[in-house]
Amino acid sequence: MLSARLTRRALLSASAATLAAATLGLRAPLLAQTPAGVLIIGQVAEPKTLDPQAATAANDFRISVNVFDGLVRFKDGTLEVEPALASSWDISADGLAYTFHLREGVKFHDGSDFNAEAVKFTFERMLKEDHPYAKTGPFPLAFFFSSVKSVEAPDAKTAVFTLSEPFAPFLANLATPTGYIVSPAAVAQHGADFGRNPAGTGPFRFKEWRANEMVAIEKNAEYWDGPAASEAIVFRPITDANTRTAEMLAGGLDIMVEVPPVSLSQFRTDAYHIVEAAGAHLWFLILNCKDGAFADKRVRQAANYAVNKEALVNNVLEGTATVAAGPTPAAFNWAVNPDVAPYAYDPEKAKALLAEAGQPNPKITFFVTEGGSGMLDPVAMGTAIQADLAAVGFEVTIQTYEWNTFLDQVNPGLSGKADMAEMAWMTNDPDTLPFLALRSEAFPDKGGFNSGYYSNPEVDDLLNKARVSTDQAERADLYKKMQAIVHDDAPWLFVANWKQNAVSTAAVSGLVLQPSFLLTLKSVSKA
Amino acid sequence: MGRYILYRLMSAVPVVLGITVIVFFIMSLIPGDPATAILGAYASPENVAKLNADLGLDRPMVARYFIWLGHMLTGDFGRSFSLNRPVLDEILERFSATLVLAGVSLLLCAILGIAAGVVSAARQYGWQDKAITFAVLIGISIPSFFLGMLLILTFAVNLRWLPVSGMYEIYGGRTIPDLLRHMVLPATALAAVATGVIARLSRGAMLEVLRQDYIRTARAKGVSETGVVWRHALRAAMVSIIPVLGIQAGFVLSGAVYIEVVFQWPGVGRMLVDAILKRDLLLVQGGVTFVATCYVLFNIIVDVAQSLIDPRIKA
Repeated sequence: MLSARLTRRALLSASAATLAAATLGLRAPLLAQTPAGVLIIGQVAEPKTLDPQAATAANDFRISVNVFDGLVRFKDGTLEVEPALASSWDISADGLAYTFHLREGVKFHDGSDFNAEAVKFTFERMLKEDHPYAKTGPFPLAFFFSSVKSVEAPDAKTAVFTLSEPFAPFLANLATPTGYIVSPAAVAQHGADFGRNPAGTGPFRFKEWRANEMVAIEKNAEYWDGPAASEAIVFRPITDANTRTAEMLAGGLDIMVEVPPVSLSQFRTDAYHIVEAAGAHLWFLILNCKDGAFADKRVRQAANYAVNKEALVNNVLEGTATVAAGPTPAAFNWAVNPDVAPYAYDPEKAKALLAEAGQPNPKITFFVTEGGSGMLDPVAMGTAIQADLAAVGFEVTIQTYEWNTFLDQVNPGLSGKADMAEMAWMTNDPDTLPFLALRSEAFPDKGGFNSGYYSNPEVDDLLNKARVSTDQAERADLYKKMQAIVHDDAPWLFVANWKQNAVSTAAVSGLVLQPSFLLTLKSVSKA
Repeated sequence: MGRYILYRLMSAVPVVLGITVIVFFIMSLIPGDPATAILGAYASPENVAKLNADLGLDRPMVARYFIWLGHMLTGDFGRSFSLNRPVLDEILERFSATLVLAGVSLLLCAILGIAAGVVSAARQYGWQDKAITFAVLIGISIPSFFLGMLLILTFAVNLRWLPVSGMYEIYGGRTIPDLLRHMVLPATALAAVATGVIARLSRGAMLEVLRQDYIRTARAKGVSETGVVWRHALRAAMVSIIPVLGIQAGFVLSGAVYIEVVFQWPGVGRMLVDAILKRDLLLVQGGVTFVATCYVLFNIIVDVAQSLIDPRIKA
């Protein structure tokens, strides 16, 4: 009989199994717990701070862009500025005085008024070392505004910035998080913890931050530009890309950013939407124009012809990037020279150029990094480039460094160390990268990022002129000329412009990625 | 006993001090500094120097060590550069998450491992022994992070029985059942290897003891087989099993680093990995010192426990 066989041991294991089943049975439905109208977003890391002046990482900006406003903002889908907290502005003829006319009736989330004093407070906190709240920093990106000499508030709705020299990227910098306006009352109340208790004027107000778990923001019903489409947004930090993908597949997320290229195919179904946008990003190789083989322009051009950029973006990066034409990413549509085309993949031409230069087998030391902000897949890309260069006669030795060590090696200049180094920049103005990394006055010993010592007086002149011009058409013209010259001089090996991506469930609508890499979520909703 | 404990505690002081010296100077000597990590591509020598000065890193290294040590003795671990919050708050929060996970894993592998070892030894060469030896071999051979991913794929993504990651649901109270549900997969993945090791060693230790004369005496006196195995033999075998538990506790703690990354568990292992990549000096130094001190204390506890079980060990 069956019951006779029920020994004590069998009873024990049966009750253990029941207990286990009961524990599993306690699981409530995973999705039902998310209230309606709440978007859950899978982020790549725990944010550091929501203080827009103290933050430096795209990961932090994804939240703060929804909590704060700047005086100006980037027009949807572009890198052109349009009014935000300032409804209009005037620029003096010499390009030194910017007068902003502020929107009236706007309140910070803590209830205090947005006015010219708040603008003055925001910038003086960041720029003046003797400001009473300067200690709430440090503010690593304050140099975006190093040309600001003073900020005055003649009346509550007028803010006047005086610059020490004309500075064309000023407006674009005001549209980045470093220029967002903070509530002076909230800074006074929270001090150094303002970054964990932020108050701005944005479409969402800060609600809660549970360390290493989530940051929640909720709709600001009084938003000056109309209320947001969702009730609240929750940002979850999930560092490991595989886990982020699994969480998305398991239904724990509504939106996931930075989908690894290899995982994209899993989301190509009706249950998900994939969104992509080419960003103001450039992935390139710095070539040492001062010493070694690359001092000869023909060798630099040969390297540009030798590398199969199409194969890199399609195979190594699985289509998550486009081929870069020159030093200015295509996302700066108004400033890009349409006549500058990418160097074709032409190994024969590369060999011919090497022969012409009398260096059929140049020896090259190549600095590669293991990873880093905007570096995509640097080791795989480095090896593919090494193979392409070897095919035309280069003898390339790779040296790999961890990101921080890599920057310590590359930023002080390549001379005596390497001929070539990987690099990537994300910028918000066509001025930034070439001005900081291609001028003769930007050599590393002068505090710039021209680690390959490229020097062309014509380019210097064009970039210096473009920086002091306040006329966009004139600037565009100067940048276009600069691109043609730099493309021909080939101080860099131009490789790729990254397309940022994100995946949402099919229930989510309105998700658009911006070329500024800022994740604006005001119009995103979930059915 | 009191003297023994005191002696062990005193001898731990130089060990901990040595750890602070090593971790401080390693972090100061590795290339790359916090300012470079924060500024990324914008890290020009000029910007780096200014930010390092803002962070108080422009003083001589030895002076910084003593300032750090002095502050730490008063309980002030400083403020993390990369998280912008007090280091100690972060460590305590993260370490308790790790302790919960590692503690449950250790309990799991101790119970399962010892039980498997005992059954295996009592039924030497029987089918139970063979089945357990096979399972143990798999447990020891499979890398825990890989097992973790397999578990996620099977039980979270495909079957949707259990959550993929995290410690609690985002909405809903922080209840014990919720915690347990989130812990099933990571604790299993983390316990797998240690369970195997403990099972093997318990089996060996038990076989050794079961051959002793006094076991035969016990049997001859008519003690039931269950009594012989679980009461007489296991108690004697525990003397050699307990030190292994101590060592495995160290492995479980270090294994937690991978498991925490795979399961997004907000523990101290993941915190340290992130902090090293971001060159968050104070967080790494404080975190390593804290974890190492706990490990030293844990070893002292194991030794004391052993001396309680085995009367021969008395200092």
